[in-house]
Amino acid sequence: MLQVRRIPGLPVPHFKNTALNPPDMIPVPAEVTLPMKMHGGAPARPVVGPGDSVKAGQLIGEAGGRVSSPVHASVSGKIKSINDIDGLTGQKAVSITIAPDGEQTVHEDIAPVNVTNTQEFLKAVQDSGVVGLGGAGYPTAPKLTLKDGVKLDYILINGAECEPYITSDTRTMVDEAEYVWQGALLLKEYIRPEKIVICIEDNKPEAIKKMRGLSAGVSGMEVRALPSMYPQGERKVLVYNITGRIVPEGGRLTDVGCIVINCTTVAVIAKYIKTGMPLVSRCVTVDGSAVKNPKNVIAPIGTPIRELLDFCGGLKDDVKKIILGGPMMGTAVPNLDVPIVKVTNAVLAFSAKESVLSEPSNCIKCGRCIAKCPMGLMPSHIEEAFLLKKVEQLKAYKVNMCAECACCAYLCPAKRPLSQVMALSKNILWEAGQP
Amino acid sequence: MNNMIVSYAPHIKDKITTNRIMLDVIIALIPAFIASVWIFGPRAAVVTGVCVITCVFCEWAFQKAMKRTVTVKDLSACITGILLAFNLPVGIPLWQAVFGSAVAIVFVKQLFGGIGKNFANPAITARIVMFIAFPITMTTWVQIPDSVTAATPLALMKRGELEALPEMLNMFIGTRGGCLGETSALALLTGGVYLLIRRVITWHTPVAFIATVFLLTAIAGAQPMYHLFAGGLFIGAIFMATDYPTTPQTSKGRIIFGIGCGVFTVLIRLFGSYPEGVSFAILLMNMVVPHINRLTMTKALGGAKS
Repeated sequence: MLQVRRIPGLPVPHFKNTALNPPDMIPVPAEVTLPMKMHGGAPARPVVGPGDSVKAGQLIGEAGGRVSSPVHASVSGKIKSINDIDGLTGQKAVSITIAPDGEQTVHEDIAPVNVTNTQEFLKAVQDSGVVGLGGAGYPTAPKLTLKDGVKLDYILINGAECEPYITSDTRTMVDEAEYVWQGALLLKEYIRPEKIVICIEDNKPEAIKKMRGLSAGVSGMEVRALPSMYPQGERKVLVYNITGRIVPEGGRLTDVGCIVINCTTVAVIAKYIKTGMPLVSRCVTVDGSAVKNPKNVIAPIGTPIRELLDFCGGLKDDVKKIILGGPMMGTAVPNLDVPIVKVTNAVLAFSAKESVLSEPSNCIKCGRCIAKCPMGLMPSHIEEAFLLKKVEQLKAYKVNMCAECACCAYLCPAKRPLSQVMALSKNILWEAGQP
Repeated sequence: MNNMIVSYAPHIKDKITTNRIMLDVIIALIPAFIASVWIFGPRAAVVTGVCVITCVFCEWAFQKAMKRTVTVKDLSACITGILLAFNLPVGIPLWQAVFGSAVAIVFVKQLFGGIGKNFANPAITARIVMFIAFPITMTTWVQIPDSVTAATPLALMKRGELEALPEMLNMFIGTRGGCLGETSALALLTGGVYLLIRRVITWHTPVAFIATVFLLTAIAGAQPMYHLFAGGLFIGAIFMATDYPTTPQTSKGRIIFGIGCGVFTVLIRLFGSYPEGVSFAILLMNMVVPHINRLTMTKALGGAKS
């Protein structure tokens, strides 16, 4: 389809310092904490109790609804406690803490999964505990479950990894290329799109080469090298840039015949079907100016970030900010006890110099945020409406379509907290019951 | 290790700051400043200096008096001073320049809330106030060496004295009668190119503004080339009609704004009682900016009609 409009993108710095660094396995941590809600939808329900012995890969939390995801023990050991307060947010949220025995004994039920049809495939995806590992965390099985009558033209395997610093998807595509490829073949066989496109930004030549090598000559499979620009991996941006299709307001990607799925998610599915081992560990990029030896690590889910940072030589003294995820959309955390979860693709630590917030000054109405909004919104106008709590205007400006990519706040010369304003504006609309 | 900064994403930001943008505008005005001193002599520098110092002082004093954060460091008051000076005749009594600068900063800018909050361009509005308050000194032009007359080309055209018009080359490099910073199209264009390269301004408003003036005066058969380089068209189109707070924020809006400025400029120049209309045109268009913004809302990607 003809591309009618180029989505503006930002040439954010890449900082892909760890791209050539295959991940190292960290030692078994002293403790892991597994939140029951590491995904979109309903939290999982614990199926173990304090004092129970668990083995690696054992189910400890069952899916709490149709849109939910099971949680598995990432280490073998004893259940230390079941907590009902989230240490990070202070809100009520159940998590299970396991004291590892260091043996990493694998649960006896772990065995290759037999899949012969779509239903079995979707069950396997659900049982693997996989969720959108690009950061969204939406459970993958419901996403792949198509409503009757939906014609699926494209599955876009998202290896854009457009956030600075993060290279965990890059490493997955290089080091576990075979799993990504097997996963793509499984999607082709059981979800049956017309075409599968593996989308990779052109700053990852090794990943592109690997994927091209595997897909050469296979019909219905394509590897597309995309210009490195932020937010190339945003799902609606990706759909537009690959297919020229525009997802309607309030619609789903499947409305335009597309599904976007992260490349690591695809690899986890293939790995689960091949080995039976659910999602219990993942590759995490540990980087940032305050990390002594930045590298990629493989860590059990639930490992406190302290252990990851220690494994990378520890923190420099002037550390002032720690982020889970990328610097554009990641979450700053208050301390080092926070565990990595399924969607944690990076732990970044920054020194004081990079963490100090610049004081916002008046909006000078330069229009940079408008010119560069990939969603075509008007952040400066939205902020005005937000400050005046004008619900009708927020609606008219379509703040609910904001992808929270933070391009606006990145660019703002007056350093206004525009991305925060977008999120809070959505809250206002939600509270006003007028989404 | 437990006192980390927790703030909302993004955690990295572009190097661009308001301060840097203002500095770029000042840098872009340097060629025109040099030209003004070269054409009109050292008094051009004195007038510019007086305006800048008064503007910065007024901003500082007003914010101190109102117990607001002092923002003179953002350099915007400095730009207002330079632009106002560039829109004055070189022979302007200095006390009038001081008065104009105070009007620009206190009445037009600070009373509306300071940087970013004013709806009208401070330098332009102050110039218009001075134009009406001091009609004699604001239209007393100094004759520059090698020139037949002190009158501005626009005044000559208004009076039909076309034979007295300067050579086109003089019009372009600026050796002609006029306000001290507006005459050298060459210097102003150089600054404009710098601003485009630095991405401080976009091409939309200046191109739309200048093209409209050229086309309309051509259609009217009224010396389009002279209308291009005469008066304050270049300084207006490049530096005043691109002032962020008082102009639209979208590309489409900026084109509409530029065309509107061009239409009013030509109407005033050809039919008005004043020879020059750039200031009035920009001020008029400043007032409709909120409406232009509303008419030129961007279309959200996949957004439904509302």
